[in-house]
Amino acid sequence: MSAFEHIPEFGSPVDSGLLRFLTCGSVDDGKSTLIGRLLYDTKAILADTLHAIEKTSLRRGMEAVDLSLLTDGLQAEREQGITIDVAYRYFSTGTRKYIIADAPGHEQYTRNMVTAASTANLAIILIDARKGVLTQTRRHSYLAHLVGIPHLVVAVNKMDLVGYDRTVFERIRGEYLEFARQLGIEDVRFIPLSALNGDMLVDRGDNLGWYDGPTLIDILESAPAAHSESDERFRFPVQYVCRPQKADDPLLHDYRGFMGRVESGEIAVGDEVVVLPSERRSRIKDIQVGGRSLSRAVAEQSVTLLLEDEIDISRGDMIVRGDAKELCPGASAPGTVSTRTALVTRRIDAMLCWLGDSPLDARRKYVIRQTTRDARALLDGIAYRLDINSLQQVPAEGIGMNDIARVAFKLAQPLVVDRYAENRATGAFIVIDESTNNTVGAGMIL
Amino acid sequence: MNAPAPATAPVRPALDHLDWLEAEAIYILREVAGQCSNPALLFSGGKDSIVLLRLAEKAFRPGRFPFPLLHIDTGHNYPEVIDFRDARACELNERLIVRSVESSMARGTVRLNSADESRNKHQSVTLLEAIGEFGFDACIGGARRDEEKARAKERIFSFRDEFGGWDPKNQRPELWDLFNARVHKGENIRAFPISNWTELDVWQYIEREGLALPPIYFAHLRPVVRKGNLLQPVTELTPARDGDNVELMQVRFRTVGDITCTAPVESDADTVHKVIAETATTTISERGATRLDDQASEAAMEQRKKEGYF
Repeated sequence: MSAFEHIPEFGSPVDSGLLRFLTCGSVDDGKSTLIGRLLYDTKAILADTLHAIEKTSLRRGMEAVDLSLLTDGLQAEREQGITIDVAYRYFSTGTRKYIIADAPGHEQYTRNMVTAASTANLAIILIDARKGVLTQTRRHSYLAHLVGIPHLVVAVNKMDLVGYDRTVFERIRGEYLEFARQLGIEDVRFIPLSALNGDMLVDRGDNLGWYDGPTLIDILESAPAAHSESDERFRFPVQYVCRPQKADDPLLHDYRGFMGRVESGEIAVGDEVVVLPSERRSRIKDIQVGGRSLSRAVAEQSVTLLLEDEIDISRGDMIVRGDAKELCPGASAPGTVSTRTALVTRRIDAMLCWLGDSPLDARRKYVIRQTTRDARALLDGIAYRLDINSLQQVPAEGIGMNDIARVAFKLAQPLVVDRYAENRATGAFIVIDESTNNTVGAGMIL
Repeated sequence: MNAPAPATAPVRPALDHLDWLEAEAIYILREVAGQCSNPALLFSGGKDSIVLLRLAEKAFRPGRFPFPLLHIDTGHNYPEVIDFRDARACELNERLIVRSVESSMARGTVRLNSADESRNKHQSVTLLEAIGEFGFDACIGGARRDEEKARAKERIFSFRDEFGGWDPKNQRPELWDLFNARVHKGENIRAFPISNWTELDVWQYIEREGLALPPIYFAHLRPVVRKGNLLQPVTELTPARDGDNVELMQVRFRTVGDITCTAPVESDADTVHKVIAETATTTISERGATRLDDQASEAAMEQRKKEGYF
C-alpha cells in the first residue's frame, strides 16, 4: 500500500485534531532521516525543497539524498553538519495534523530537549539497533518523563544493519523496560524500524515480518491528543480584561469580559466559579468567542467569560470551579507528600532546569512567570542536583547551565498553582533574569 | 507492553486542527496585548495577515483591537491589494498606519542599487523607522514556520535587539506556552501567532471563516513571461523586454508582495475550495513557486532576518 491511500479526501469531516510530538536520539541514530522520511512519505516535502537538498547532497559527495539536510535550517548548522536548535516541522495525514519538535541530540543541549519536550504529548526515542540503550537514551527518556510527556515510543532504528534480527530488538526492549521501571515510566511502546529504507514508518516493508504491532504512523494516528485522556479540573488563567465602554452602546456599557484559554477541564454557563487568589465567588453568565455565545468551553479553547457579579479581576488571576474538591488538589491524593494543601502559595518546591549562561545566583531576585502571573522570587534552598548520566541525586552548592535540581523558591507575590504531574499548564513556570530579560530557567512544581 | 495494533480511528477530540490553531493564535494575540505596552499588527492585505485580522476579531471583540494596524508599503504593490487593505481597515473601524519605503528613500535611509530592484529587503529599514517613530515594543506578524527553513527555527515571541536584528544562535528559550515579551527600551518583540500554521491550514481557515481576499489570489488572465521555472508578470514596473515572449495565461498568486519579486502560478482555481484542492496536491512550496528573492542562496531569508526583516 502506498503512503496514504486510506486517507480521505480533503474537506471530509474526519479530523482527529492535532498531535505534537518530539523526536530525540543520540548523534547518528538516524533521527533526521526518520523525520525526513515521515515528511517525504506524507508528501510534506515538496519537489523544489527536495531538489535543493539533492543539490547539496551531491555537492557534498553523497550518493543518495541526505534527508537529514531538511531539518538543518540555519547557516551554522549546515556548515557544521549538526543541529543546534529545536526545529518545528509540520505534516498532515489528512485526518490529523502533526507538529514535530526536533531536538538536537548533543550533550550540551539539554535545554533544547526540555524546550522541545515542554509542548509535546508523545516522544519518539531513537535507539541505534547496533548500539542498544546508551547513556544518552537514558538521559532523553528521563527528560521526557520529567517534562511529563505521557506517551513514549522507543524506535529501534537501523534494523537493516543487524539483519532485521528479532533477538536484537527483544534484547533492547528488555533492557529498556528494566530501566523504564526504575524511572516509573508507564506508557512505553516499542517498534523496530529502518528509517533509511522506510520499514515500519508509513509502510510495513518486507523485512520485519515477525513484528505484528502497529507501524509508527499508526501509533501516531491513534495516540490520544492532549487533554482527551482524563477528567481534569477547570483552570482559566485570565490573560486580558475586555472593557469596551462604548458610551453609544448601552449593551456594552457594563461589559466586562475575562479573556483567556481554558487550560484544563471544562465550564458551562451557570456554573459556580471562584477567582483566585481573591477567593471571590460568582457564576458564569456567558461564554463568548468573538462576540458569539457558547453554552460551554473545553480545554484548549480560547474564550471570553462573563460573570453574574461585578467583581474585580485582572490579568494573572485564575478562575476555577466553585466546589471544594477543585480547590484542594492535595485532598484527592492521600499519601502524597506535600506541604501545600491549597492552590494559592508563596513558596514552591520544584524541579528546575537551568537554561542561562551564567549560573543561578542565590543572592539575586528573579522573576517567575507561571500561567499569566509574574512573581519575584528568591532561591530558598537546593535539595539536590540530579546527575543526568547516572540519574543519581547529588548534593549541590550551585546550579549552572543544563543542570537539573530540586529547589525551593520564596515568592514576593502569591501564585496559583497545581502540581506539574497533575497539570502541566498550571504547574510549569519559567525564570526570567530582570537584568537581561532573558529566560534562564524552566521549572516544574512538585 | 507492545499492544496489538489499535483500531485506527482515534477518539475524536473536542477541537479539530483548525479549532486548535485558532485557539492557540488567539492566546498568542492576547499575550501580546497583556504583556506589551505598545504593540502593532502588521497588515499588508495579504492572505496571512487577513487571517491575523480575523483572529484579532475573535480575540478582542466586542472591544477595539489593542493595537493599530501597520503597513510597510514598498510602493511596488498591486493596486487591488492596497484597495483591499484600506477597505478592510475601514470595515473593521481600526486605525491603519502606512509608512512607505519611498519616504525612506527620500530621506536617504534607503538607497537602491538600481531603480527597478526589489524593495522587499528595504522594508526592514522602514519598519525599524516606524518602530522608532511610534515606540512600538512589539510587532505582530503573519509569518509561518513552514514557509522557509530559517523561520522553522524562530520563536513565536522572537526577540530583536535595538538594531532590529535576530540572532538565531542566541534565542530565548521558549517553553510550554509561557511567552516572554520583556524588553528594554529600544528593543522589541516580533510575535507570530500563526507560526504553527501551514499554507494549507491558512486556506482551510479562509474557507471555514468565509474570508474575503484580494482578487489576485484567484485564477485570472494576466500577461506573463516565463523566466526559468517562474512566471514574471508583465506590469509597469516589470515591462516586457525585447525578445520576451509575452503570453496571456490563467494564473493566481500564492503569495503577494513586492511586484518585482513575486511570481504568480498557472492555475484554474477561481474559488477557495479549488485553491485548497490545488494546495493539497501541489509539488512546489509556496516560496519556491513564487519568490524570486529567496532563490539567491540557501540562507537568503536568514540573512534578511538578521538585518531586521520579518
